[in-house]
Amino acid sequence: MYKLSGVTKQYSRGKETVHALRGIDLVIEDGDQVVIQGPTGGGKSTLLQMLGALDRPTAGSIEFDGVDIAKLSETKLTRLRAEKIGIIFQSFNLIPTLTAQENVETALAPMGTKPAERRRLAAEALESVGLGERLHHLPGELSGGQQQRVAISRALVKKPKVLLADEPTGALDEGTRDEILALLDGLWKEYGLTFIMVTHDSHIAKSAPRLATIKAGQVTITDQARQTAPVSY
Amino acid sequence: MFFTYLRRELRRRKKAAIVISMGLALGIALVITVNSVSAGMSQAQGKVLQSLYGLGTDMTVSKAAAAASSTSGQPRFNFGARDDSKNQSSDRVMVQGFETLKSSVVTQVADQTGVKKAVGGLSLSVIKVSGTFDRGTFKQNQSAGGKPGGGGSGAPQGQVQGGGADFSINSFSVYGTDVANLDLGPLTSSKITSGKGFTSADTNAKVVVLDKSYAKTKKLTVGDSVTISGTKFKVIGIATADSGDSAANAYIPLQRAQTLADSKDKVTTVYVQAADSKKISAVKTAIQKNISGTTVTTSADLADTVSGSLSTASNLATSVGKWLSIAVLIAAFLVAALLTSSAVNRRVREFGTLKALGWKSGRVTRQVMGEAFVNGLLGGALGIALGLAAAYTVTAISPTLTASLGSTAGAGAGPGAGGGGRFGGAGGPGQQAASKALKIALEAPVSVNTIVLAVALAVAGGLIAGTFGGWRASRLRPADALRRVE
Ligand SMILES: Nc1ncnc2c1ncn2[C@@H]1O[C@H](COP(=O)(O)OP(=O)(O)OP(=O)(O)O)[C@@H](O)[C@H]1O
Ligand SMILES: [Mg+2]
Repeated sequence: MYKLSGVTKQYSRGKETVHALRGIDLVIEDGDQVVIQGPTGGGKSTLLQMLGALDRPTAGSIEFDGVDIAKLSETKLTRLRAEKIGIIFQSFNLIPTLTAQENVETALAPMGTKPAERRRLAAEALESVGLGERLHHLPGELSGGQQQRVAISRALVKKPKVLLADEPTGALDEGTRDEILALLDGLWKEYGLTFIMVTHDSHIAKSAPRLATIKAGQVTITDQARQTAPVSY
Repeated sequence: MFFTYLRRELRRRKKAAIVISMGLALGIALVITVNSVSAGMSQAQGKVLQSLYGLGTDMTVSKAAAAASSTSGQPRFNFGARDDSKNQSSDRVMVQGFETLKSSVVTQVADQTGVKKAVGGLSLSVIKVSGTFDRGTFKQNQSAGGKPGGGGSGAPQGQVQGGGADFSINSFSVYGTDVANLDLGPLTSSKITSGKGFTSADTNAKVVVLDKSYAKTKKLTVGDSVTISGTKFKVIGIATADSGDSAANAYIPLQRAQTLADSKDKVTTVYVQAADSKKISAVKTAIQKNISGTTVTTSADLADTVSGSLSTASNLATSVGKWLSIAVLIAAFLVAALLTSSAVNRRVREFGTLKALGWKSGRVTRQVMGEAFVNGLLGGALGIALGLAAAYTVTAISPTLTASLGSTAGAGAGPGAGGGGRFGGAGGPGQQAASKALKIALEAPVSVNTIVLAVALAVAGGLIAGTFGGWRASRLRPADALRRVE
């Protein structure tokens, strides 16, 4: 699915330059579940942005299904995001003025889906995360866990190949966190997704099949499912 | 999605929408008010000018100013003192301003390109002095008479008693109308409210149409007669001026007026209607160039001489009002633009998220522009409502304004009629011009153009604000979805 080689990202503000990523080499297979962990400021979110085609690296290449994201035009990146990448955020990022169903529909808008079809798909997606009764509620009328479910429906309604999550449980209490994690795990299996999740919750990290640890812009992969020693790519 | 999102945003973020549209509304309301009040002002000025000119007159032609030295026109009255206390009366008929043009100038003017019609008229002013002029009676001194032969000169002693004059001066203005061309000239701004008006058959008839207010003060009605300088005129009609003030007290056929004033084939003023009201200044130039010795006064020139609270208010409306509304409008546009782009700033993560979801920049920008556009329309609707309310309030109150025309611009007297000032006390021609002080109720008519302008401004305001906001939104990156704002 992904093949990163020498991915570097620098942010420059005035004379200062921040090296968020310093030469990341990483391969993620189709259907993998990878948890990215690391200290704050380590570059986790930056890496996720590269994987989600939200931004281009300063140097290096990111192959997605054999295409180098780093070289795609803005229009093609936009299309890639619209069609193949689902993304969820720590603070849910729902549109506060739109209902749950309309929020989910926003993911289908760039695909040119007909309104009636859009509504039906959105309702279905919400039902599958247990929010069939909350279609017409505004985000402000939903609990944190419910809002994240809406966000998950929004990410998955278009049937993407990849689901990216940046600390999806960071704003939730423990009970809700486990519910959401179980939901995501179930959906990962059900849809055969490639699922990449950033967290700094060591509980989650421990139970992840594959763990990528980012420190100071460099990555270390631990294949925990096979219980092998850390391998450096 | 576009309309759903737009509707939701506007409904659920009402406060922001109201603030933006209120700002625009204020600006637009001010533009409407200033515009309609200005229109009311020029309407009022139009009424003032119309009372002098009549309907459809674009300019007048009169004799060019001559050196103000001619004193030949000074009126003289000769009354003989009489024994019988008989009432004596004498009229002096003078041409107003003492400057006349040949009648041939009328055709000359009519022949100029751009002139649709030209009609001549003769303005006269009549001073009537009437009263008794008694010779004194000699009374012999009683005591002197009681000593006959008592020496002395023998001449009768006594004194003259009771000699003197008791007379009144009455002046009024007469306008000689070209009865063959009744659709142009001062009489067109009056309506015949009693009796009948002139017909082309009245060329040399001894008939007079009186202005209503003059007829009232003189207690004259249709069928009565008026004697001017020995000629008896029959009152055939009473004319009521549209604006409450008439150009003359009495109207008689032009030929009669020329005979009275001993000014055969002379006119004081040529009333000109241009073929194209937009080319008035070109016609003015042409006439002045091609017919020497003439002064052309356009409505605009005349308007410049209007003074009094009308012109003060009118100047205020056109200068202060205009700039104020432009300033407020610019401020409103800026505020709307700033508020819109600050609203975008507060929604950085929202728009970033949409971009991360695969929304094209254009789609996000369109959304922002759409919101701003609707805010503009709302502001426009609100502004039109406010502006109409303000304009109707002005019309309902209809504040009274006064207007006086500069004495240099009396009916056809043209600049340089200053000579008339010499008769100020006696109500001479100068007085006639200076007495053009009118009271006019101000209205604020809202024209379709004003409404169209308001809508255009609202749309422009919305688009400007939308462009600012949309530009901000277009520069957001999908990675902004992860920004920690709010
Ligand atoms: N847009 C940006 N402009 C400048 N510097 C940035 C930007 N985004 C990230 N950085 C810097 O890059 C480095 C990595 O940031 P990143 O957000 O990827 O860290 P993180 O591992 O996600 O941290 P956290 O756990 O706090 O979310 C940090 O030093 C951060 O300050
Ligand atoms: Mg982060």
